[in-house]
Amino acid sequence: MTKPVQYMGQGLFYALFAVTIGYFSSFPEYTNLSADETLIKLSFSHAGQLKEACRERTPEEIAQLPMYQRKSTTICPSRERADVVVELEMDGVQLYHVIMKPNGFARSGTSNIYRRIPLKAGVHTLKARLRDHAAGEDFNYVHEETVDLAPGRIMVIDFHAATGGFIFKNKNTSLKKNNIS
Amino acid sequence: MSINNRTSFAHRGLLWVEGALNRVFGNSLNPMYHLGALGFYFFWVVAISGAYIYAFYKTGIELSHPSVEYFTNEQWYLGGIMRSVHRYASDALVLVMFLHLLREYILGRYRGARWFAWVTGVILIWMILTAGINGYWMVWDQLAQFTVVTTVEWFDWLPIFSEPMARTFITYEALNDRFFTLISFAHVTVPLLILFMLWVHIMRISYPVVNPRKRLAIGMLLTLLALSLIVPVQSQGLADMSVEPRVLQIDWFYLWVYPLLGVWSAGQVWALVFGITLLLCVLPWLPARNKQIPVAEVSLKDCSGCGLCVADCPYEAVVMRPRSDGLNFPEEAVVVPDRCVSCGICVGACPSSNPFRGDDQYISGIEMPSLPMSALRAAVTKDLSTLEGDLRVMVFGCDNAANIEVLRSKSIAVLSLPCIAMLPPSLAEYALREGGVDGVLITGCREGDCFHRLGVSWVTERLAAEREPRLRSRVQRERVGECWASSLDNHELAVALNSFRASLSKLPKVR
Repeated sequence: MTKPVQYMGQGLFYALFAVTIGYFSSFPEYTNLSADETLIKLSFSHAGQLKEACRERTPEEIAQLPMYQRKSTTICPSRERADVVVELEMDGVQLYHVIMKPNGFARSGTSNIYRRIPLKAGVHTLKARLRDHAAGEDFNYVHEETVDLAPGRIMVIDFHAATGGFIFKNKNTSLKKNNIS
Repeated sequence: MSINNRTSFAHRGLLWVEGALNRVFGNSLNPMYHLGALGFYFFWVVAISGAYIYAFYKTGIELSHPSVEYFTNEQWYLGGIMRSVHRYASDALVLVMFLHLLREYILGRYRGARWFAWVTGVILIWMILTAGINGYWMVWDQLAQFTVVTTVEWFDWLPIFSEPMARTFITYEALNDRFFTLISFAHVTVPLLILFMLWVHIMRISYPVVNPRKRLAIGMLLTLLALSLIVPVQSQGLADMSVEPRVLQIDWFYLWVYPLLGVWSAGQVWALVFGITLLLCVLPWLPARNKQIPVAEVSLKDCSGCGLCVADCPYEAVVMRPRSDGLNFPEEAVVVPDRCVSCGICVGACPSSNPFRGDDQYISGIEMPSLPMSALRAAVTKDLSTLEGDLRVMVFGCDNAANIEVLRSKSIAVLSLPCIAMLPPSLAEYALREGGVDGVLITGCREGDCFHRLGVSWVTERLAAEREPRLRSRVQRERVGECWASSLDNHELAVALNSFRASLSKLPKVR
């Protein structure tokens, strides 16, 4: 092979190398979310109620305790907490149902959830329900809201029992709200 | 059985590509023969370009992205180019790393003592991918947002976190500046660990090549610079935790796992990653088609402790230790069996592998137990005694290169060795003097591509009297030919043999 042909070949190799690097460094593009989709992130950390109710010590029980143990008057038979049950409905159709076990070996920690739920953008009525007790089947926190979700927007469904329950964050527009807790 | 009789389709394809590149670049500059060295080279290009842009990088939610945009756009002539070179050299590193892996696999250079380099190489793959992904996070654009969130969602699948890490990235308020301090610290620490691991990766080979040839290095750097000027790297818009990135330009060299996470579940992707890693790690121990012959053994009473075997061993499998048998030499050679690949190069280096020794059952200082030198001498003597006609030639070849058995004829004798560097130059001289042949043709792997790394180089230097043990000056050099041919080059070898015989015909007759 003559020198000029060799140099041309080397140039071709380097060009091919550059094209390979340059192309696969950015292409083909990846579509993470369709143009008409929006995203709900259901994410919170909540400790369910204790499975067995605590009770006050009787005066006789307190009298039997050493003096330094008498400050605590409540007695709980178990640390175990109830499962937290969450349901999410959109336009009357159930999107999601999950039973979250409490963390920890004694099942005494918080129940955590993080879920991505992609759905079509537009006006939707969302209903979130949560049960954190073991006493029955009723949901003690319910939040219903009609929202206009823009394409690509991430709406976060958070939960804080202290502030009343579910919080819908980063919604485009809230058209109607109904909070039951 | 020699490897040249069982070349796979992939092996033939690889040899064809490398042959084409040999014609374009020459063997000494063939990029396929320098994949490991190019990996080191790109690592340093990444480190130097990264050090420059790191000086301008600021850590903080409000600071990181603007600082990257500053050196990309305001200082495009240096900072921008450096960023692009940093990115493209990182991609090139992954490309040569995977080609290196694929090539070593196709050539079967991962079994036996080579397991160490293979397994440490597998670990390096994940370390390099981790460093690259970490780098993408520092830009804090939409690609960073997508990869960070998807990574923590992926890791949350593992049952080791009490609370999902992904909650940290759910809103802008949940995030804090410490995350950026952490990732910028990791982007220095992980490359330092990679550097350490690179050292471990090559610690069991002698004379490791960690720098590519100058012309190749310059060519690669100019290519990266040209690419950086033509297609400068840009960010993909500031990260916004309230908006999900929609269409992204993915770097497929590093971020291929993320689209996969969009299709498969986190558990399936973990299974794939662990499965691939496990398979790669156990590959050296899976049943092999060809068993390795027994490793080299030192015969202490015949070893003078000269150290030539240590100098020539490509795998640091022979070491010198203080003399243990009371002979009047300071040191003795000791074989480390776990490192020996049974190439026999040490036998070719040993001055006592001399066929002119009188004893019929002579033993060299270091021997391959299944191929003792006295048996090789006997085989050569027997083969040469049967030759007829003019222009008799003895061909010494290599099990991993062109098939020399097809050359055998009434006037051509052949002997194939595990590596051509197992041939002591004195055996070539023996064939000429005692065997009465007109010439000796020595053949082995293509130049720059010795299966046992250094065999071809050592033989070339021994024949040129530049390395011990040398071909003695009394040997007519014109009667010793060389042809470096792979298992794909059988025709070229046959042509070279004919040409060699034609040149011998012009020399005075030996009989």
